[in-house]
Formats: sequence, C-alpha cells, structure tokens
Amino acid sequence: MKKIIKIMSIALVLVMMLAFFAGCKSDTNSGGTGETLIKIGGIGPTTGKAALYGQAVKNAMEIAVEEINAKDGNVKFEVKFEDDENDAEKSVNAYNILKDWGMQILCGTVTTTPCIAVSTVANNDSVFTLTPSASSTDVIGGYPDADGNMTIARKDTIYQMCFSDPNQGTASAQYIKEQNLGTKIAVIYNNSDAYSTGIYQKFQAEADKLGLEIVSVKTFTDDSDTDFTSQLTDAKNAEADLLFLPIYYTPASLILAQAKQMSYAPKFFGVDGMDGILSLENFDTSLAEGVMLLTPFTADATDELTVNFVTKYKDKYGDVPNQFAADAYDCIYALYNACVNQGITADMTAAQISEKLIAEFSSSDFTFSGLTGENMTWSTSGEVTKNPKGMVIQNGVYVGL
Amino acid sequence: MRKFKSINKFTRTGIISYLIIIIGFAVIFPLQQLGLINHSLSGQLVPICTYIVMALSLNLTVGFLGELSLGHAGFVSVGAFSGVIAAAGLQDKIAFEPLRLLIAVIIGGVCAGIVGLIIGVPVLRLRGDYLAIVTLAFGEIIKNVINCLYVGVDKSGLHISMNDVKSLGMENGKIILNGPQGAVGIDQISSFTAGVVLILFALFIILNLVNSKSGRAVMAIRDNRIAAESVGINISKYKLIAFITSSVLAGMAGVVYAMNYSTIVAKKFDFNTSILILVFVVLGGMGNIVGTIMATVVLYMLPELLREFSDFRMLIYAIILILVMLLTNNEKVKLIISNTASKLLNFLAKIIKRKGSADNG
Amino acid sequence: MTFLSNLINGISLGSVYAIIALGYTMVYGIAKMLNFAHGDVIMVGAYASYCTMIYLGWHPLLSILFSIVVCTLLGVIIEAFAYKPLRRAGSLAVLITAIGVSYLLQNVALLIWGSTPKVFTSVVNFEPLSFFGGKLTITAESIVTVLACIVIMICLTLFTQKTKIGKAMRAVSEDKDAAELMGINVNTTISITFAVGSALAAVAGVLLCSSYPTLVPTTGSMPGIKAFTAAVFGGIGSIPGAMLGGILLGIIEIFSKSYISTSLSDAIVFAVLILVLLIKPTGILGKKITEKV
Repeated sequence: MKKIIKIMSIALVLVMMLAFFAGCKSDTNSGGTGETLIKIGGIGPTTGKAALYGQAVKNAMEIAVEEINAKDGNVKFEVKFEDDENDAEKSVNAYNILKDWGMQILCGTVTTTPCIAVSTVANNDSVFTLTPSASSTDVIGGYPDADGNMTIARKDTIYQMCFSDPNQGTASAQYIKEQNLGTKIAVIYNNSDAYSTGIYQKFQAEADKLGLEIVSVKTFTDDSDTDFTSQLTDAKNAEADLLFLPIYYTPASLILAQAKQMSYAPKFFGVDGMDGILSLENFDTSLAEGVMLLTPFTADATDELTVNFVTKYKDKYGDVPNQFAADAYDCIYALYNACVNQGITADMTAAQISEKLIAEFSSSDFTFSGLTGENMTWSTSGEVTKNPKGMVIQNGVYVGL
Repeated sequence: MRKFKSINKFTRTGIISYLIIIIGFAVIFPLQQLGLINHSLSGQLVPICTYIVMALSLNLTVGFLGELSLGHAGFVSVGAFSGVIAAAGLQDKIAFEPLRLLIAVIIGGVCAGIVGLIIGVPVLRLRGDYLAIVTLAFGEIIKNVINCLYVGVDKSGLHISMNDVKSLGMENGKIILNGPQGAVGIDQISSFTAGVVLILFALFIILNLVNSKSGRAVMAIRDNRIAAESVGINISKYKLIAFITSSVLAGMAGVVYAMNYSTIVAKKFDFNTSILILVFVVLGGMGNIVGTIMATVVLYMLPELLREFSDFRMLIYAIILILVMLLTNNEKVKLIISNTASKLLNFLAKIIKRKGSADNG
Repeated sequence: MTFLSNLINGISLGSVYAIIALGYTMVYGIAKMLNFAHGDVIMVGAYASYCTMIYLGWHPLLSILFSIVVCTLLGVIIEAFAYKPLRRAGSLAVLITAIGVSYLLQNVALLIWGSTPKVFTSVVNFEPLSFFGGKLTITAESIVTVLACIVIMICLTLFTQKTKIGKAMRAVSEDKDAAELMGINVNTTISITFAVGSALAAVAGVLLCSSYPTLVPTTGSMPGIKAFTAAVFGGIGSIPGAMLGGILLGIIEIFSKSYISTSLSDAIVFAVLILVLLIKPTGILGKKITEKV
C-alpha cells in the first residue's frame, strides 16, 4: 500500500510539473510569432454523445479560417478548438486553456448548457463571444419570459449566430397557423435537453395565443431516445394531423421510421435541429418525404456560397455539413467583416477587441449575409435577426415552401 | 522520523492528509493571488477540491463500509441543487458571500443527508452487487426527478412546481431551477479557499469517525459481517451512520461545486459521474485517504493535460486507466513496479545527496 | 386496443433488453464480474454488420455471422488482456477496468466511424403484420427479436445443462476453486463464457439496430445499463431470469411512458426495480444464497 502511495506521489509531482510547464509554454507563445494572427478560440463536444455537433463546428471553422487567411487582407485568424464533452465543467476548463493560449475572441460554445457557464465567465473577462449554435436565451441573458420572470441578467459580450429558442418556437407556431398546416397538433420533445425544452415552451405559449389546438404533448430523455412507440401511439390515438418535433435529427429519424412502421402518417414539422436528416448515411429519404422544417440553412441550396462550402466540406471531411457547420462558418466570416470594419489588429487585448466588436455588432449599419441568411443584424440584446426559411422535403431534396 | 512511525496508524494518516492539503493550499493560494498560475490550473482548483471531498465521502461507503455504491452523484446532485436554491433564496437577505455559501453548504448537506437516510434504510439490507444496482437506480431516479423540478423565487418567497415555469405562478421573479435547463444564473460564490476548508472539514469528520468506536464497528462489519453481528454490533445502525455521513459530505461538496459555475443541470450528476468518482476511490486505494486525494488530483488533471492529443485524448485516457488498473492490481506487475520505484527513489535520493554534498563542498 | 399495442411495443423493446441481458448474465454468473463494456461490444457488433452490409454489399445473414465472429474475437481478446490479469484482484478493480474498456471501445469507434449517425438497414425484410384494419400493427422486427430471444434462451439453457463445457461453466460459477480441483480449466471456461456472451452481443447489436436504426459510437451504453438492470431484475446469473427481467422492464417502460409520464418513465422503471429487490433481494428468479459461516 505504501508503495502505491509512493508511486502516486511521483505521478502527482510529474503531473503538477507538466501542468506548470504547459502553462509557461503557452504564455511565451502569446507574445508574438512573426505573423500577427488574431486568436479565435472554439469550444464544443468532439467526443461523447454530442460529438456530432462539435465536430461540425470545428471543421467549418477550419475551412472558413483557411479561406480568410488565403485572402490578401490585413485581418488573419488563428483558430484553436477544444473539446468539452458537452459538459459545463469541462467547457470552463477548455475556456481557461484557450485563455492561456491567448485567445482574443471566442467562437463558441457549441451546445447550450456549457455555453451558459462559459459565457458568464467570458462576459466577466470581457471576451467577445459569438456562439454558432447555443440557442437558449440564457446564453445571452437578460430575457424575461411572458410573466417577467428572469433567469440571468444580460451578458454584454455574448452574441448568437443561430436563432434563439423562443424565436424558433414562436415562429414555428405562427407559421403553422398562417399556412394552416394542421388542426390537431402533437408535440414530442426532449425533456432532458435545454434546446428542445426551450423551443417547446415558447411554441406552446404562442400556440395558446393563436388558438392552435395541441392534443398530445409527450417527452423523452437522452437516456430513452430510441423507442418512441408510446409517444407515437398517443399522438395517433389523439388523431393529431401534425406532429411538431423540436428536436435534433438523430431521434427524429427514429420517430419517422417508427411512425411508418405503425402506419401513422401525420405531417411532420421540425426546427433547425432537423436539418441534416437527409445527409444521414444510408437514410431512407422516402421516410422524410413531406417533412417540413423551419431552418436557415440547407445543404442542398444552389447558391454559389452554399455550393462552394458544401463541396469543400465534403472534400475535406467526407460528410455533408449540417446547420451547425453553416452557423460556425458564418460566425467566422461575421467576425472577419467586423474586424475589418473596426480595424482590429492582433496586438489588441481581448477587452479592447470586445469593446470594438460590441460596437460593431450592435450598430444598425452592420449587416451580414452568409450561408444561414441574408442581411442578418444584431441588437444589443445579442440575438440575431434573420428570416427562417420554410422548407419541405420532396423526393429526397429540400424545396422552399 | 522513527518517532513519527510509532504513532498510531490512523493519526499518522490524519497528519499526512492534513499536511498535504494545508501545504498544497499554502503553496498554491499565494501563487494564484499573484497571478503566477495559468488560468487552466487555477480554474481547476475548485472542482478538484470538490471532487476530493466527493471521493473521500464515497471512500467512506466503498472503502470503510465495503459496500459498492454506483449512485454517489445522486447525493452530490441533491446537495448541489438544494444549496443553489438556498443561496438564491438568501441572495437579498445575506449580502456577505462566505456566510451565504456556508448556509447553502449546510442546507445542501442536510438535504443530502435526509435523502441518504431515506435511501439507506431500505437499501442497506441488500448486499454486494444488488446494493450497487439499487444505488445506481436511486441515482437515476434523483436525476430524473430533479429534471422535472421547477423552482423560482419572487417577493412572496419560493415557488416549486413539477410541471413548468408557468405553473410557478409568479411574476417578475427569478427562475432558479428551470427543469431540464437546470439552474441558471447561479451567483458564483465558491472559491478555492472554501474548497480547501471543505476538504479539511471532511477529513476531520472522516478521520474522527474512522478512529471512533463507530468507525471500528463499521470496519468490523466490512471485514466479517457475521462475526461482527455475533459480537453484538448493530449492523444496520453502523452501516447507516457511515452511509449518511458519506451522503452529507457528498451533498456539501455538491454545493461548493455548483456555486463555482453559473449553471448546472441534473444531467451532469448521472451514472458516469458516479463512476468517475468511484474510479478516483478505487485507484487511490480502498479506505486509503491519502491515496484517494492524490488519485483525484492526478486523474482530474489528466484529461486536461492530454488536450495536446486532441482527438485521441479520451482514447489515451481510457488506455491509461486500464493500464493503471492492471499495473496496480496484478501481483506480478505490482512487485516489479514497486521494486523499480524504490530503486528509482533510492537513485534519486543518492543523486540529491551527492548534489547537496557537492554544493556544500 | 391501445393497451394491446402498448403491450406489444413493450414486449418488443423488452426482448431487445433481454438478449443483451442474457450476455450480461452469462458473464456475471460465471466470471462474477459486471462487464460494463458489454454494451459497447454490442455497438461494435452493429458497426461490423453495418459495414459489411452497406460497404461490401453482403447478405444480411452473412453480415450477422461476420459480426458474431468479430465480437467473439473481441470478447476473448478483451478478456485475455484486460480481465484475466485481474482474476485474483478485487471485483472493483475489474469493474473499473471494464469501464476503461468501455471508454476505449467508444473512442476507437468514434475515431474509426466518426460521430455522424449511420442509419442501419434492417436485416428483416418482411412486411409488418396488421390486425383490426390497421389499428394494431406488429413490426417484423419485433417478431424476429422475440423469436430470436426465445431461441437463444432455449439454446443457452440446453448448452449450460447438457454440454460438457456448459457443465464446466456451471461448476465454475458454483465454486471456482472446487471446479479447479475437479480438473476443470477455469481460465478456458471463463474465456469461452466471454466468447459466448460476446457472440450474443453481436446478435443483440444487429437486432437492436434493426428495431432502432441509428448507429453512433454511444449506441450501446444506455441499452447496456438498462439490460444490466434487467438482468438484476430477473435474478442475475439466471438465464430465464434475464429473459423475464428484460421483457418485464420493456413492458414497464412502455406502460409508464403511456399511462403515467414520459419524462419520469426511467425513474419509474428504476423505482419498480428497487421495490422488487427489496421484496426479493436476489431478483425474481434469482437463487437464494445461503451463507456459510
């Protein structure tokens, strides 16, 4: 036993020394290496259950930075991406690692819960943060609900590239009402996921206001996201003709398959998390026939920007990029435009850059057109304003509604 | 040195563990205040402290009581959320942060203790792997229930609901716990100092318990339950004492942990976290307090240090975990290792001595 | 009608749990260890079958056979490298190693196949059965899974009762040292147990992914834990117990989702498990262990 303690203490000392050296090394690096690159940090899950989303963002960031650095401009970026396993604690650790590296702007984090934790720290440190995909309003803060209840105050340095959850929930309900898509609506959402629950709550509130009839609301959790027969049976028995799915595409693909097995065929309506369903390897696209979704990005779009991005992504990583990747790509370009406009250089501190970027993003003159929307603008609230596109899947491709 | 060795084994472990923590604090704290430690390390201090307490408390159940618990994170969770709610409720009433943290920690500990009692009474009748699976089940139940819990505070006080935010029926209030979206907007009042104080407190409780009549009874139960029963030890009572102490400490650690981040979700405290804490305990040596502390520090920092390997990070972590288990538990390998280690130590000692004498000369 | 379709859904989900639980229970019964990597062997089996079926265009049956071979080899290798050196160590050391193996398999799979889900093509190609004018449908996958489960259970029971190796397994599970004295090679027996358990995992993986066709590196972990619960539920170490536990667990899960609460269904499943264990501490069909002083 004593020997083990001995070994352990040696290991401990080694680990401590490593930690200190790692810190020292990165400190000296931040001084300046010939070329002056603005350091952008990225955080997201690249391992574990949510690895899909983090890897998409990481890949897209790399593509965008490569493109920008190949340009003949003054602003050039250096990007470093850290894994957080979709965990708030690991995410803060990753943030600190990036800070030691000398990060000046944060492009992240990818998933909601870690982002709430990291954005608070980043706000305290005055690091400008543009999250590609963390959609909860708790990320930006300062967002009272209908009764005026608040969870967290506005974090001034935090901005979003994706739609916020309420935005999507409300927009979906309005869209369903306007287009008269369904009379009896059923909802299945992920009760252990902040994104899904957030959209559902706003959808429900707006549906009540608009007088939409919701006949069945069922949930699932991350631990039981394979079998949806009982939720579907409930919707089927309630004779719902429209199934609203504010969830990601992996469980959605299972719901579609199981609904077909049960010979239950309502209209399906999804949100931006649904995008990507067609690019699932070996997915039977006939299952998704007629599925509608509100999404800012589709990989099948034929405009030059999208085609260019999708081709590059496929060549480099072998997959079709999803909406997370598109948001991340836009993030880097939006940051690039803002940096150019404000004349930001690599020798500024994170706080100086943050001040300039806040001024730029919240000014009404700053608009950005990218993969996920035309003429996007931001306000001081940190939320993005852009138009969602209604899409429907026909013959295995997205068609505008 | 010989005098030191002659002291009772428990006192010696106690002194060593207190010393490790105090020296560690005395070295790191000034460096941190002066900004000489990088952000990465300084950000890990609080979680490391709390994981040490979680591991120490689990060691009480697994190491001293000899019962495998796979749901320890459940107690941490109960403590964390009740502490967060308490702290948020007291935010306007107590301005002095350390006092608010202290009250939150106490409330968190008490709540976790109550849950420990509720779970312990039926569960401790079971044995071995069946007990393990029931603790796992309780951990999952706690996670699922907290996932459905909505808590808010406004002028008229606390509101609790199991349905949604709306049914809290409050206006212009603050939502503390928002179901699956977790507790958001936590006032981050934890600090490294608080973490160290908590470790010292945990050590004090555990060492005293282990060294007391109850502690000896607990270990007698572990070593031979039937023999212990036959000499008239009240098995259930002593098992329960150890189990509840363990859950109280876990709950307290949960509070300090939660107050270090602006958000926590119930999902965080799942089976995987229970396992993570268990890994610290097993690697540190069952019933071995010093070992547990060290194993926690090393294993917590390891994934962070492996970040250089990017995509291969968790793979390497897994391999290291397997190898370490194989190396420390296989008799043959253990012998070889300890021989080389002692040779290495002797060698190092020689070099240092030589260097010292050379310097003097 | 809803009740009936819920019952069928429950049995179908439960039989997937049951097949996984059979593997768990075999290994636990003989090697007395909780093999937490079992769920990940399932995942590897599913990927093996997927790759041969989609990339190489093999016949589904051939791909199942291939995946059985892969998993059997994997099981034996894991046992030889990770568990065998710990035969004399405490059960906790083996448990942690098993968790390490589980992390290892998941992360290797992540590196090989990436994080994007693959959609599994069902190995069963007949039409679902439909009753009462489409009000009640039974999918082909459920029928095959239930049948496979029953066949596997019967085969396993016969194997352990009638064959020489099976008898050796039972002897090892009763008393390792006595078995050794009787001339049984304990190491070989345990290796064979792992081989059988892992072969079952391959079948379970293919059937799991046929019913629930998304395949990611973490596919096996949650069904693994639930199946472990099922095995304990039925009385760990007992072959009919694993089957019964799995099916009951499936039914309870679906029923609590349908009639009580979808968000609390896991909590209810675990609460029932606790109740059963408190009433019958060794599971439904578990043997009562008499203690020797």
